Amino acid sequence: MPVELKPKKTTVAYYQGCSLEQMASEFDVSTRVVCDALGVELVEIPDWSCCGSTPAHSYDPLLSAALSGRNLAIAEQQGFDVVMTPCPGCLKALKGALKVFKDPNKREAFLEILQMPFQGNIQAVSNLQLYFETIGTEAIRNRVTKPLTSLSIVPYYGCLISRPPDFMQFDDPENPISMDRILEALGASVPEFPFKTECCGATYGVTRNEIVGKLTGRILDMANRVGAQAIAVSCPLCQQNLDLRQAQVNRYWRRDFHMPVLYISQFMGLAFGVEPESLGIDKLFVEADSLLDILSREGERDQSVGGKMA
Amino acid sequence: MRIGVFVCQCGTNIAGTVDTEAVARRAMEYADVVYATSYVYTCSEPGQQEIQRRIKEMNLQGVVVAACSPRMHEPTFRRAVERAGLNRYMFEMANIREHVSWISTDKEANTRKAMELVHMAVAKLRFNQPLFSSKVPINKRVLIIGAGVAGIQAALDCSDGGLDVVLVEKNPSIGGKMAQLDKTFPTIDCSSCILGPKMVDISQKENVTLHACSEVESVSGYVGNFKVQIRKKATYVNWNACTGCGECVRKCPSRKAPDPFNEHLATARAINIPFPQAIPKKAAINRDYCLHFTKGKCGVCKKICPVNAIDYDMQDELVSEEVGAIIVATGFDLFDHSVYGEYGGGRYPDVISGLQYERILSASGPFGGHIRRPSNGREPRDIVFIACVGSRDASVGRPYCSGVCCMYIAKQAILTRDHLPDSNCYVFYMDIRSPGKNYDEFVRRAQEEYGVQYIRGRVGKIYPRGDRMVVQGADTLLGIQVEVEADLVVLATGVEASAGAGELAEKLRISYDQYGFYMESHPKLRPVETNTAGVFLAGACQGPKDIPASVAQGSAAAAKVQALFARDAIETDPQVALVNERTCVGCLKCIMVCPFGAIQSKTLRDGSIKAEVLASVCQGCGLCNATCPPKAIQLQHATDNQILAELNILCA
Repeated sequence: MPVELKPKKTTVAYYQGCSLEQMASEFDVSTRVVCDALGVELVEIPDWSCCGSTPAHSYDPLLSAALSGRNLAIAEQQGFDVVMTPCPGCLKALKGALKVFKDPNKREAFLEILQMPFQGNIQAVSNLQLYFETIGTEAIRNRVTKPLTSLSIVPYYGCLISRPPDFMQFDDPENPISMDRILEALGASVPEFPFKTECCGATYGVTRNEIVGKLTGRILDMANRVGAQAIAVSCPLCQQNLDLRQAQVNRYWRRDFHMPVLYISQFMGLAFGVEPESLGIDKLFVEADSLLDILSREGERDQSVGGKMA
Repeated sequence: MRIGVFVCQCGTNIAGTVDTEAVARRAMEYADVVYATSYVYTCSEPGQQEIQRRIKEMNLQGVVVAACSPRMHEPTFRRAVERAGLNRYMFEMANIREHVSWISTDKEANTRKAMELVHMAVAKLRFNQPLFSSKVPINKRVLIIGAGVAGIQAALDCSDGGLDVVLVEKNPSIGGKMAQLDKTFPTIDCSSCILGPKMVDISQKENVTLHACSEVESVSGYVGNFKVQIRKKATYVNWNACTGCGECVRKCPSRKAPDPFNEHLATARAINIPFPQAIPKKAAINRDYCLHFTKGKCGVCKKICPVNAIDYDMQDELVSEEVGAIIVATGFDLFDHSVYGEYGGGRYPDVISGLQYERILSASGPFGGHIRRPSNGREPRDIVFIACVGSRDASVGRPYCSGVCCMYIAKQAILTRDHLPDSNCYVFYMDIRSPGKNYDEFVRRAQEEYGVQYIRGRVGKIYPRGDRMVVQGADTLLGIQVEVEADLVVLATGVEASAGAGELAEKLRISYDQYGFYMESHPKLRPVETNTAGVFLAGACQGPKDIPASVAQGSAAAAKVQALFARDAIETDPQVALVNERTCVGCLKCIMVCPFGAIQSKTLRDGSIKAEVLASVCQGCGLCNATCPPKAIQLQHATDNQILAELNILCA
């Protein structure tokens, strides 16, 4: 008889997906560090498999559902009722599997393919949902040791995090605010950013990158206009388009953007006093040295002020 | 009993999916049925004459018509049998259209169900008794709830007809939304100039009692004899004394109170008169902002008032009114323009609602009639109007067309070009809906004479660039994306049901649709009546409407009330509860369950206690019937025996 693991209340199943193993490994690293700091234990789903990403669900939604269903079923067997994934694409696949399971017309076919016991009593959430709804901004604020007071950061949510609204059931679909509030809790100033949900061009970066050049350029331009020093994101594809392709954008628009694009978890880590190396900040294409300089200067000034007072 | 059965074909409405001949043939087998036939249009004059002829020829004592819903034609057939000498309650109707032929195409199953319904009606009819109504006098006073233009029109028409009118308005002044408008389409006449005289008329009519700052608390009774409790909210100013001189308003030091009349584009004093033409022109204190109430000091208004009208100790007051009919004219609210997050209404000061722009245009508005941007007070040059914000959009729960926005945008664009000839006006629209008299010509004028640029397409996003707004949308005629830089964006916010509509509907026992608009009795043929006798509708509370339609319905409702009041008494419905005193044990449980207070106890000469139904108050709901332990209280025309007879057939 298998030993039933009864996880503690602050333990969630963790599904990092393929992006976070490769291109976006710093998202994975920083998420783990931040969750640890916030007292949330992430348990990686044993023997997890790919969610199938765009190819699977565009070929056959049932295939996509079954691929993600397997990961959910394993997590459920382990006794979890929540699985968290930082990747919006993976989240969409996991939620898609649950939707198929809950559809009486499709459930039978789904379970037939899955060939595993599955009750559907598990919930899929994003990292933001975990931070914003489960942990709460107050707890995040209390954990901050090096507030990002001198930084002006805009949040960029992209298309998927809160949309479609009925499916994602998180935040406002047109004017999401969860990252705004988290960044404010970290002490940063957060200007009103009208392009927080404008499209970055998504996977057109591979096939027609002038589209990404055009769209991403507008986002960077607006971030610049509202006085941001950096952009916070929570999606590997958004990060890739804004960061990796920033040089392409500069060529397309004949501009000279130099806008660091960090994952929200990297900002949280910095504010929690974690060393930048442990957050994978050195992996960025657009270097964040300027930000780190500002933060360290601020730290020194605080110390010197403290010294005088002492 | 000798019973005749008439199965209506309703053209092909019923006969298309029900074998009406077979239903009639089968009916001949039911107990007491001596005649049965199928007829093409039973409700037509020859159809009714056929019923009457057969009653006489065959000596029928009861009639069953199997046809449509009783809602429309039960009164028709009751009158028909009455004319042939039968009591009108010796008639039953089986609904084989809405309940059978229209909901299934399976002719065999339909025919079987129709036969069962007819059989049930026959079985019930065998237990019917002749019933007789009594007459109760009508109280010829009318209550009108809501004093916008529809309610004002209804009140004036009733008053002109010699009726006593009780007019209740929840705001401090009458006038409703129309009082907030600058000009009206398609004639561009000044809204307050055409409404103002009507408002003054209300205040001068001796037979109109106006309760402003008041709401209906409860309603009891029935057509001809309603009892209404009205809550007059405390204004902390004695309105009998107040002359509306405005001295208190000028001297009040609390300047940050909300100003709903100006759609929150400005602030008001804590003691305020909403606008210069207000009726009644009396001051009222907003206690959330008054320093006397919040800080316990000040008292400037009390000191300064020349007629000593300020009364900080005033309490809400309950007033009772007795009326014979009620006109509901509670109007509408505007869709909340902040719901569309992508437009930024409520976040960006220069993205405003249609009614806010109306206040900006108005000479009594926050900028004295000069068009200015709320953000910096400068004159705008480029103004974008966006149609259908909260209309025709199922994603925000408003799939219906609000009907007035296309017109008011055209009007506002024309006025803008009039005020600021150098300005550029753009209208993003889905379709132009302008079906009224001289309406489409008016929109044409906006386009052709006034050079307003109409762009067919939806706006996806509005965002600030510098101190201007960028409106990003589609031009579906050119098939391109467009961006317009604007100084001011006006969202043509749609019409939705008034905030407290549902609550009031429950007090009045009238129904409302899924959007909160009150339901008329019939969408085409009874557009002013509700399903509660004596309660009528006027204006936008029944659905989005413009001013001409609201005024027309106000007059129509007044005409309905006058038709009702043309008689001195109304016949009561005898389908009410009746106590069999021989079996009543005097437990009086019926009194406890009756929601209408229609039952009282009485003591017989032998000292025994019995229940007694006040027939004129009873609404025939049947709760007492279900509660009564010895079944001594029975609902006439739906007695236990009649219902059991139907069930026996159904379960046989």
